[in-house]
Amino acid sequence: MLEIQIDRKCYPDRGGRPHVALSGLRLAVQHGEFVCVVGPSGCGKSTLLNIVGGLDRDLDGQVTMNGAFPEDIGFMFQEPRLMPWMSVLDNVLLVARAGGDAARQRERGIALLRAMELGDVLDAYPTRLSGGMMRRVALARAFINEPELLLMDEPFVSLDTPTANRLREMLAEQWQRCGASVLFVTHDLREALALADRVCFLSAAPGRVVLDLAVDLPRPRDPASPAVDRFYQALLVRHPALLGGLASGVETDGAAQ
Amino acid sequence: MTGKRSAAVEAPVRMMVRASRPAGEGRSPVGEGTRAPAGERESSQVGLSVSSPAGEGASRRRDRWLRLASLGAFVLLWQVAAMFADSRTLPDPLTVLARIVDETVSLSLPGHLAVTLGRVAVAFAAAMLIGALLGMAMGRWRSLDAFFDAWLVLGLNIPALVTIILCYVWFGLNDWAAILAVAINKIPTVIVTVREGARAVDPKLLDVARAYRLSRRTTFMRVYLPQLVPYLMAAARSGLSLIWKIVLVVELLGRSEGVGFQLNVFFQFFDITGILAYTLAFAAVVLVVEAWVLRPLERRLTGWRT
Repeated sequence: MLEIQIDRKCYPDRGGRPHVALSGLRLAVQHGEFVCVVGPSGCGKSTLLNIVGGLDRDLDGQVTMNGAFPEDIGFMFQEPRLMPWMSVLDNVLLVARAGGDAARQRERGIALLRAMELGDVLDAYPTRLSGGMMRRVALARAFINEPELLLMDEPFVSLDTPTANRLREMLAEQWQRCGASVLFVTHDLREALALADRVCFLSAAPGRVVLDLAVDLPRPRDPASPAVDRFYQALLVRHPALLGGLASGVETDGAAQ
Repeated sequence: MTGKRSAAVEAPVRMMVRASRPAGEGRSPVGEGTRAPAGERESSQVGLSVSSPAGEGASRRRDRWLRLASLGAFVLLWQVAAMFADSRTLPDPLTVLARIVDETVSLSLPGHLAVTLGRVAVAFAAAMLIGALLGMAMGRWRSLDAFFDAWLVLGLNIPALVTIILCYVWFGLNDWAAILAVAINKIPTVIVTVREGARAVDPKLLDVARAYRLSRRTTFMRVYLPQLVPYLMAAARSGLSLIWKIVLVVELLGRSEGVGFQLNVFFQFFDITGILAYTLAFAAVVLVVEAWVLRPLERRLTGWRT
């Protein structure tokens, strides 16, 4: 189980005053659970992921997974962040766990890329791929080690709807196959409802969890399906103040106040 | 249509090249299309590349002919100038070619050339290695950069002649002093170029390496260094051209073998044919290294940039 406890996380402000990004944030993710974190922009969602991913270790608080800091992770960023000088396959194999059987890892990488419908471009350079294809490579890279924990920072943002939906399906397939715990950050509530077992809502900065909601809809789910839509509408009625900023599609920092 | 036009352009060019052949320079290895547009060759390495349209191939052939023609024109100009000038002041191309052959057969030219190339190679390798390490360090750590920046400005502006003389005075008239003098002249420019590259390294890609817990070694070799390749290549290019020039001065001033020394001897005897013969041989080697080593290497390393 992943346990996140962040008492305080600050950034130095331009004026020298510290800007408190996260404060008193508690969040637990069960083994194999898919948790989405939603919140207005600037509420510290990415900061949270960077902390859990070990990219930012300057904070008051602690993150543990089964008693230690999580090391066995996959990380998908907002941008694909592929190495442009490496082929698609090499990009995936770059992060393959050191000391493993190289031939088997290669086989696995190829199988994974084929599952992402990238079998024809294994040797192509990323600059030749479309945005959606690059995300699929990044998704394959995140799963190559079958990590215990997968961190995803708005990975499907700025994609057209069909492409994003296809990527979500692929993510759901891979997640169900490998059983990783997932912490998925997004500002799109429908996306969160389509993916998550649980959705946690962060307040505006300093961010903390203000609502922890189980989503017990049957899978597979389509963000545009009636079931998701009913859930979404019901949520709006029940928590209008909290979700105001998210639901209108306009991100406002004052949404939770 | 393109085919017709390029044929029309090529015909006179081919004639010019043929005319220049007897002068001996038309077949130079450098002229043979080594400067083919890099982009087209690169694209053939990428799986998804579109086959280049016929027009591009024709224009590439035309470029090649134009390069040959320009070389021919140069030799022709030389020949004409030599006909008007005193043969001692400016010997014609054939005389110089004959001298190159003589000096090659007597093994004098290959000997001096080999010595000079050895010095170039060692000085180049040392300058690149030290310059790259310092450049990366200065690009990475601001305090180090601030500390050494003034030294760097000094190093960039000291005349080559001063470092050469000082190295000979301090370390004696030996090969190590010679190589050191050359390397010292080159290191600052390598540092400046590589530092620029180190500053441009994308922290987002380094974050990928950290998130996936790549080892320091893997991160350096496969995520950091590839981003510096264009800068390292630029430093190597400009470095080689600078080192060629300085090595000759170093040899002229304090060594008793090598192309620079030999040029000095020819200078004492006012032997212009000898000077031109050695210069041409040396230039040919430089161009071969550029065309057969540096450019293929660059194409290999930066093939992903299309």
